[in-house]
Amino acid sequence: MMKNAPDAVLVKNYIDGNENCLAILITKHKARIFNFIYSKVYDRDLTEDIFQDTFIKVINTLKRGKYNEEGKFLPWVMRIAHNLVIDHFRKSNRMPKFESRNTEFDIFTVISDGTQNAESKMITSQISEDVRRLVDELAPDQKEVILMRLYQDMSFKEIAENTNVSINTALGRMRYAIMNLRKLVAERNIILTL
Amino acid sequence: MPKIYAKSFTKMDTLQPKTETLNFILNYSKALHVIQLKNMQVAVLKN
Repeated sequence: MMKNAPDAVLVKNYIDGNENCLAILITKHKARIFNFIYSKVYDRDLTEDIFQDTFIKVINTLKRGKYNEEGKFLPWVMRIAHNLVIDHFRKSNRMPKFESRNTEFDIFTVISDGTQNAESKMITSQISEDVRRLVDELAPDQKEVILMRLYQDMSFKEIAENTNVSINTALGRMRYAIMNLRKLVAERNIILTL
Repeated sequence: MPKIYAKSFTKMDTLQPKTETLNFILNYSKALHVIQLKNMQVAVLKN
């Protein structure tokens, strides 16, 4: 009998103490709510957690007599689920992410003193050498602008004055220099990252 | 009129929550009692 009752009646009876009505409401809407959450988080366990938290909120609100959306039970529950999904993403963005393929947690992947270790220093110096060699292969006007801008930290205005060209020409040379450097890197399969 | 090619539509399986999750919710509901004390409410979980 109760199974076919409208949500509003089930909610009222539940508030009045009929626990069976909650079971009916959950059975009626569980798939829709569960799949709604899953479609947002794509994680089965997380969906279980959010589904559970959603109904804990529903129960608390109903038992405290704070529910006032008669006849709109499902949209109300969906809204609670949606808010919990948003809360989850907000929290997960704030929390530092510890990703490791090993099951053991390595604290040194999280804590760092900010300085490079010996290996990183070696790689950085190798990269610098590679880039310097590539710069040498550029056309003289392009090489000049790269050296002045990146190695001597000169502004484009200063570069323009020193090379007797306009700022636009200096900028254009810089652009072609970078394009040619990228081409050289691609041609020789050079990896320039740490 | 150009023909629209699309991957054949396969209906996604409907996921269901685990029985343990449902039981937890129902047990939580049975255990939760809200007591009205003058102008405040107290929630109590009874085993």
